Amino acid sequence: MAPSYADINVGDEPIRLETDPISRTTLALYCGASGDHNPMHIDIDYAKAAGEKDVFAHGMLVMAYLGRSVTSWVPQTALRSFNTRFTAITRIGEKIICTGKVVEKKEVDGEKRVKVELLATNEKGESKAAGEAVVALS
Amino acid sequence: MIDPKHIGRTTPPQTIDVEKGRLKFFAKAIGETDPIYSDEAAAKAAGHKTIPAPPTIGFCLEMETNSLWDNIAAMGVPVGKILHGSQTFTYHAPIYAGDQITFVTKVSDIYAKKGGALEFIVEDSTATNQDGVLVVEIQRVIVVRN
Repeated sequence: MAPSYADINVGDEPIRLETDPISRTTLALYCGASGDHNPMHIDIDYAKAAGEKDVFAHGMLVMAYLGRSVTSWVPQTALRSFNTRFTAITRIGEKIICTGKVVEKKEVDGEKRVKVELLATNEKGESKAAGEAVVALS
Repeated sequence: MIDPKHIGRTTPPQTIDVEKGRLKFFAKAIGETDPIYSDEAAAKAAGHKTIPAPPTIGFCLEMETNSLWDNIAAMGVPVGKILHGSQTFTYHAPIYAGDQITFVTKVSDIYAKKGGALEFIVEDSTATNQDGVLVVEIQRVIVVRN
């Protein structure tokens, strides 16, 4: 059930999702399922040749976790827009913690819309991605 | 430096099948446990016609067009130098298993920061379903580490 617009207040923090640590298996599965076959995420030989210490997570995996955090709060049909800026590379072994804070309520195009600021961090609180989602509620 | 002549480069329309098995695999890969994303009966019980595509999958379907790899190859940018800078989705209608989504991707901007140490490639895509309905607009910003 979607929360009601009237029950939501600016400053509310209705979103929290914590993932398991990202493993090489996580990245292999995401590579295959997403269709993003960039070897930087799955092939340590390639990553080292490109100057990296190790493979690292797809930014879009972190955004997918943020998407899960939003759709576990409101049904996806309520989602009007969703953006993310990737602020740091996510390494093997890190957990992702997604949180969201209501920053705006307003009527747009005849809909009651709520804007949520989203943040994905590791377990130390270091930012990995930040963004916003806008949802329409009744 | 990337030649600005590539601004406006447009990938011809390509149509991608949204396969049910792909959506189930994607749900597993991202740890999605809501059954509407992997179980047709649960999706229907929640009011969907079949399994819906989750919010970020437009990026993945668009990747099937190869536009990213074609664009950076044309620009002379090695794969090992790119990072994902940001990503935006503007939703207009749901995408479901069984849909056929046609993507058109255009390089809308290329710019540099930090004296050229970082370059940014901005690509805007439209995604239209088999009924001609615009389902999502997508913007991808790729960072090139020079």
